[in-house]
Amino acid sequence: MTIPGLFDSMEWGPAPESTAEAMAWLDTHERTFGLFIGGEFRAAQSGGGFDTRNPANGQVLARIAEAGAADIDVAVAAARKAQPKWQALGGHGRARHLYALARLVQKHSRLLAVVETLDNGKPIRESRDIDVPLVARHFYYHAGAAQLMDAQMPGREALGVCGQVIPWNFPLLMLAWKIAPALAMGNTVVLKPAEYTSLSALLFAEICIEAGLPAGVVNIVTGDGRTGELISLHPGIGKIAFTGSTDVGRRIRQATAGSGKALTLELGGKSPYIVFDDADLDSAVEGLVDAIWFNQGQVCCAGSRLLVQEGVAEAFTAKLIARMNKLRVGDPMDKAIDMGAIVDPVQLDAITRMVASAPEGAQVHHATCAIPNEGCFYPPTLITGLAPADRLMQEEIFGPVLVATTFRTPSEAVALANDSRYGLAATIWSENINLALDIAPKLVSGVVWINATNLFDAAAGFGGRRESGFGREGGREGLYAYTKPAGNRKPLKRVLPYDGIALGASGLDRTAKNYVGGKQARPDGGYSTPVFGPKGAFLGHVGTGNRKDIRNAVEAARAATGWARTTGHLRAQILYYIAENLSARGDEFAARLKAMQGGGDKAARAEVDTAIARLFSAAAWADKYDGAVHDVPIRGVALAMNEPVGVIGMVCPDEAPLLGLISLIAPAIAMGNTCVAVPSAAFPLAASDFYQVLDTSDLPGGVVNIVTGAHGDLAPVLAAHDDVDALWYFGSDDLSGAIERASAGNLKRTLVNDGYATDWFKADTQHFLRHATEVKNIWIPYGE
Amino acid sequence: MSEQSLTAPAKGQTGQSGLPQLHLARNPGMPLDLDWVRGVQANTSAIERRCASLPGRRSVKKDWQAAWLLKAISLIDLTTLAGDDTEARVQRLCRKAMQPVRPDLLDALGMGDRRLTTGAVCVYHEMVPEAVRALEGSGVPVAAVSTGFPAGLSPYKLRLAEIGQSVAAGADEIDIVISRRHVLGQNWQALYDEMREMRAACGHAHVKAILATGELQTLRNVARASLVCMMAGADFIKTSTGKEAVNATLPVSLVMIRAIRDYEARTGFRIGYKPAGGISKAKDSLVYLALIKEELGNRWLQPDLFRFGASSLLGDIERQLEHQVTGRYSASWRHAMG
Repeated sequence: MTIPGLFDSMEWGPAPESTAEAMAWLDTHERTFGLFIGGEFRAAQSGGGFDTRNPANGQVLARIAEAGAADIDVAVAAARKAQPKWQALGGHGRARHLYALARLVQKHSRLLAVVETLDNGKPIRESRDIDVPLVARHFYYHAGAAQLMDAQMPGREALGVCGQVIPWNFPLLMLAWKIAPALAMGNTVVLKPAEYTSLSALLFAEICIEAGLPAGVVNIVTGDGRTGELISLHPGIGKIAFTGSTDVGRRIRQATAGSGKALTLELGGKSPYIVFDDADLDSAVEGLVDAIWFNQGQVCCAGSRLLVQEGVAEAFTAKLIARMNKLRVGDPMDKAIDMGAIVDPVQLDAITRMVASAPEGAQVHHATCAIPNEGCFYPPTLITGLAPADRLMQEEIFGPVLVATTFRTPSEAVALANDSRYGLAATIWSENINLALDIAPKLVSGVVWINATNLFDAAAGFGGRRESGFGREGGREGLYAYTKPAGNRKPLKRVLPYDGIALGASGLDRTAKNYVGGKQARPDGGYSTPVFGPKGAFLGHVGTGNRKDIRNAVEAARAATGWARTTGHLRAQILYYIAENLSARGDEFAARLKAMQGGGDKAARAEVDTAIARLFSAAAWADKYDGAVHDVPIRGVALAMNEPVGVIGMVCPDEAPLLGLISLIAPAIAMGNTCVAVPSAAFPLAASDFYQVLDTSDLPGGVVNIVTGAHGDLAPVLAAHDDVDALWYFGSDDLSGAIERASAGNLKRTLVNDGYATDWFKADTQHFLRHATEVKNIWIPYGE
Repeated sequence: MSEQSLTAPAKGQTGQSGLPQLHLARNPGMPLDLDWVRGVQANTSAIERRCASLPGRRSVKKDWQAAWLLKAISLIDLTTLAGDDTEARVQRLCRKAMQPVRPDLLDALGMGDRRLTTGAVCVYHEMVPEAVRALEGSGVPVAAVSTGFPAGLSPYKLRLAEIGQSVAAGADEIDIVISRRHVLGQNWQALYDEMREMRAACGHAHVKAILATGELQTLRNVARASLVCMMAGADFIKTSTGKEAVNATLPVSLVMIRAIRDYEARTGFRIGYKPAGGISKAKDSLVYLALIKEELGNRWLQPDLFRFGASSLLGDIERQLEHQVTGRYSASWRHAMG
């Protein structure tokens, strides 16, 4: 068209980014890439490989090696060899390397962005303006984390070799999220990029060479899900970090169960995007462009579930459709494109089929903007008229498809938002600070954005709840996931109950029952188990709990979650009161411990006294374990709030039956959790005595529930219970693996002993506080 | 709302001027709707984010950029508002408005036969007669700033009278300043009444309401003042006098054009928009045009619905156009001054 013609039409023109440098880089590798192991590229031992393509036009970009079992062995060996020296380099030494990586990412920023867009199909604007700057920021931040490790993380050390498996939607950014904290804390890594998008990771491998990173600290192995599985099963790896689908995450949870590997999972989402009637509607519409049409909607935390207050729903939808129609979809290498290509025909097909399943009565609005005929493209789409029961409202689509429904009141918005298996992120639009700050803590999610969406920064943790996974990436909270308490652990010996004959109890019979919902409850099965002392003396009966007792206890614990909304001050007072009442009956408890376990008076008394001190500790923390305000680069704040995990099941240790029970319960309830405790099976009477202390200490019913019985019977029921949010296992029956495997069902958080002993007299209360809380980062931009 | 009917020009001698009445029915205004005004929200951070990402989201290159820059010229209210303005200075400016780009460049760009002019010439009242004389027959309208510009604090009756005198002197467009204190005090009725009377005083001349957004402080105030002025019959809403500490910005523009969009959705009337002050680079003008195209649509990229209030923007655009033609970076002295 001529200039006068364009003067009249005022249309957009092409604004292409050059791919010449990226193509030249591919050519220097003859378009064939090996595995990056031990500081050099090498071919896969099998010689196998696969093509990687540009989804915008289907062209093959390069041939990528496929790592097999032998390659993973070599990569893990290289990482293991490098790890001690890397850790010994110290915080400052590692900080210098991370700083060099950050600088080199900036120096090669455009090449990284173009390679990313070629391989993934995301708009060059996003890889250039969002992904790559966040990558550099992540390495800078973690250079600082390495520098400050000794000061900020005393008593923690590296896990060893971390196996990291990342997705195709943010290939380089997810690499940075995985590698930077791992290296900062002294780990070495074996990382597998997604098979659709290996190139930017391989370019990063070159940057590692250029930065002079010691060989073996970063190893990059390419391949598909089979390669990922080899990594997650490898015995030489101390931690698995995975970002990807919930299905695969669940399989990894099952596969790593009982291996002692640390695990963090960042999985799927169906994140609510809540628009209240007092919101700036135009800005909320624009926010959706960044929520669901960012990266073609292939974003785990995409605001994909629109909830609009009824009074403004019609006006909002009209504005939204008008905005959608103006989006520009096309060649991702065009700088002025809003949406590029879907990553692969397989994903395009999945999206297409999901949308085709929209029920009768739903309105599917495809944006009227032009869509390229060739390549993997899908139009921005809005589906209205859905109900929560519709599959499209519940399941992740992972494409540029927004589903919508309406709500009447703030409480209904919360109910709808939380009506999901997922809990990754949430967005709230309201100009009323009272409303927004009231809703944010009520949403089950790891991240909340108020009047904004998809804000990310290395200083703020990111991660989910429920089936969106566990663990945080970024912020100080993310560093714990790459460390463990320093020191060696001792194996735990199995503790068996003593035998005897149930005769001749002295005094009036006392019947220990279960403690459920603040009341003593007879065991459902109607059976009791006798308890004997070390010399066979009969000490009394406890109820033999079964799955129905666990069911009842979990129901009571769930009903009591109002405890989370009480103040830290109140929880502290109750914990002090429990300590006071335990102290008053200290002699009696000491005598009971001695009768059950044997040993001297002094040892029994020490256990009671330490238990009282532990209650004090938890009480002291109740109003002090209080989160942080992260320094994120916006005008605003990111509040990292410590929220209770919810209902925690705890299988208590045998070796310190009272102190162990209290060491688990006290930090849990201090943080606002409710719990179902299964006390020591060998020495249960300390717990059944203890509920009388609870009864007299103003603890609301249902906050602590106690079910006695065999660990092997009760722990699996808790592990398989979908309304239990976390399960802690410190028994001596070696059930850690079985518990982790069964916990994969609802991806409950687990804290297990892996068959190692804990010194309960020295147990670190903060360790349990961290496991008793989920960090929620609430982003609040401000300014008038 | 459907397309509005064409109406006849209200004033014969400005028949070529591209004034709104040539194309669209004038905004008659509406009763003050306080519920609407008070319900308007503007989230500053979100608006700033949108504006920050826009230049990276939309860029025009090569022929498209040349065409857009030529369009920008046609939308400029070429302005002189200085205490040392003289008739000769104004005459010089008017010549530039009629011939804003070197003819050889226009020929090279294929625009030689398009009679490209700026959107208007904008002057103080005393300079209106000279501007009318200089622009006669060109089709370029004369805009006069009025009502005690820039502070708007001279006696109210004199401010109204000033409008009448400028219209009588031949001004086609009147850029009035509102009383900022009515906005700061949330006295929407007073603002509405003032705007109504000023609109009436303008008669057939079109009225641009200058909000002096830099002095309104908050985007919420800007949004509400925009709506009230439109309800009271403004043909255009304009950011600034160019004399405030902060003049046109993208966030302020986004708020004002969203108000324009809502007003059209509610009433069917299209209101014009004029950012003024601080827009001096060709690249900035492209970002503004992109913003207008995205938020309001192509219809607003015509001089009856959009103007830049600018004095030095034209010079930068001329240099960019020469670069487009020759591939060489240009110098200011290669282009005639205004």
